[in-house]
Amino acid sequence: MTPIADTSKPRLAGKARLKWDAVREKHLLLYPEGVLVLNKTAHDVIALCDGRRAVAEIVKTLASQYATEANTIDGDVKEILQRLAEKSFVALNE
Amino acid sequence: METPRPFSLLCELTYRCPLQCPYCSNPLDFARHKTELDTAEWQRVLTEAEALGVVQANFSGGEPLLRTDAPEIIRHARGLGLYTNLSTGGTLLTEKLAGQLRDAGLDSLQVSIQDADAENSDRMAGGAPSFEKKIRAARLVKSTGFSLTVNVVLQRHNIGRIESIIALAEDLGAERLELANTQFNGWALKNRAALLPARAQVENAAAVARAASERLKGRMEILYVLPDYFEQFPKPCLHGWGHVFLTVAADGTVLPCQTAREIYGLKFDNVRERSLQKIWYESETFRKFRGTDWLPEPCQSCPRREMDFGGCRCQAFLLTGDAAVTDPACSLSPKHHLVAEALAEAGTNEKLIFRNAVESLQVS
Repeated sequence: MTPIADTSKPRLAGKARLKWDAVREKHLLLYPEGVLVLNKTAHDVIALCDGRRAVAEIVKTLASQYATEANTIDGDVKEILQRLAEKSFVALNE
Repeated sequence: METPRPFSLLCELTYRCPLQCPYCSNPLDFARHKTELDTAEWQRVLTEAEALGVVQANFSGGEPLLRTDAPEIIRHARGLGLYTNLSTGGTLLTEKLAGQLRDAGLDSLQVSIQDADAENSDRMAGGAPSFEKKIRAARLVKSTGFSLTVNVVLQRHNIGRIESIIALAEDLGAERLELANTQFNGWALKNRAALLPARAQVENAAAVARAASERLKGRMEILYVLPDYFEQFPKPCLHGWGHVFLTVAADGTVLPCQTAREIYGLKFDNVRERSLQKIWYESETFRKFRGTDWLPEPCQSCPRREMDFGGCRCQAFLLTGDAAVTDPACSLSPKHHLVAEALAEAGTNEKLIFRNAVESLQVS
């Protein structure tokens, strides 16, 4: 798979859905016959994968949420997106 | 250790089915369990499951769409915030019903096919024409806006056509293709000599599935369920007994997995008599093989014990008569020769016993 471009617009796949699990107090990603327990960063990234925001914008938004610089989280966000894309949880629309 | 909470509930809405696949995961004696839970009972089960920690409800059967209240039950599950997934043979799906399922909030639909073409698929499903209906159903799933999973059970007679099966799933626009090698419990065990593939077939299929999975990355996910008879170590069945899964069968019996009622001697509770919560935490059967303390040797001292939990309890029972021993699929099991003997018998019998009520009453 090619590296994640700043301009691609990731969208959460139709088969997958985010859920706040009030019983376990965890963010989950639900998909056919599977559950992924998410850490906070992974959840925050997925929550912004709406197919309209570009990767660069997602990084910028999260940087401001976390009160940090975009370049300090850029690599982490792209790595999360890469892993999600490999599992087809997000589609990377150019 | 704190008792884990289940993530996933399998609701076998009915044991009735228009198809007769000879590897069905329903128990051999399914025809003896007739009284199905009604709509309100299923809704109560789902409410109790959600409170217990379940986040995902899978609906199957038999053929779940024989239940005309399936959309109503699914609507209730979705209202509880559960992720809902329905597995159907597809033959009963109409445009109207697909619309009702969508409106009920169903998240995902899976359609089973038995083979890549009508002649072979129909033969494996018991003879009546079903393949064309399944293909129509799969297209309907897509046009209704659902994400489509195509499910195929691999066995001796279709495993050689795995490339055509993958091509068909691609053509149908499936997001997921589940290629599950037959698990030899229940009906499949009865038909093992006719269904078990040869090692060369299995190795070829694995290579084809791997290559296709790589080629289709990002478009269609291929889940290849390994044939445990040919592996060195057993499957991490259920990720451990009573750990993340539970099943409620058509008649309300609560099971760790859908085949567990084949283990004679275990007592299974019913949601008509006790709450799901009580059954999960307190029933002797759920506690029996939970965790790793119960594990026998060679599992207890094995570095893999947290990886496979001793394998499948049903398989251990069905092959050895004792559910508390190491799964014979494991090469370290003292009973592993049972698997080797079964492999030697592969293809020695062509006659299939199809899964229907008459056979069920005879063989159980």
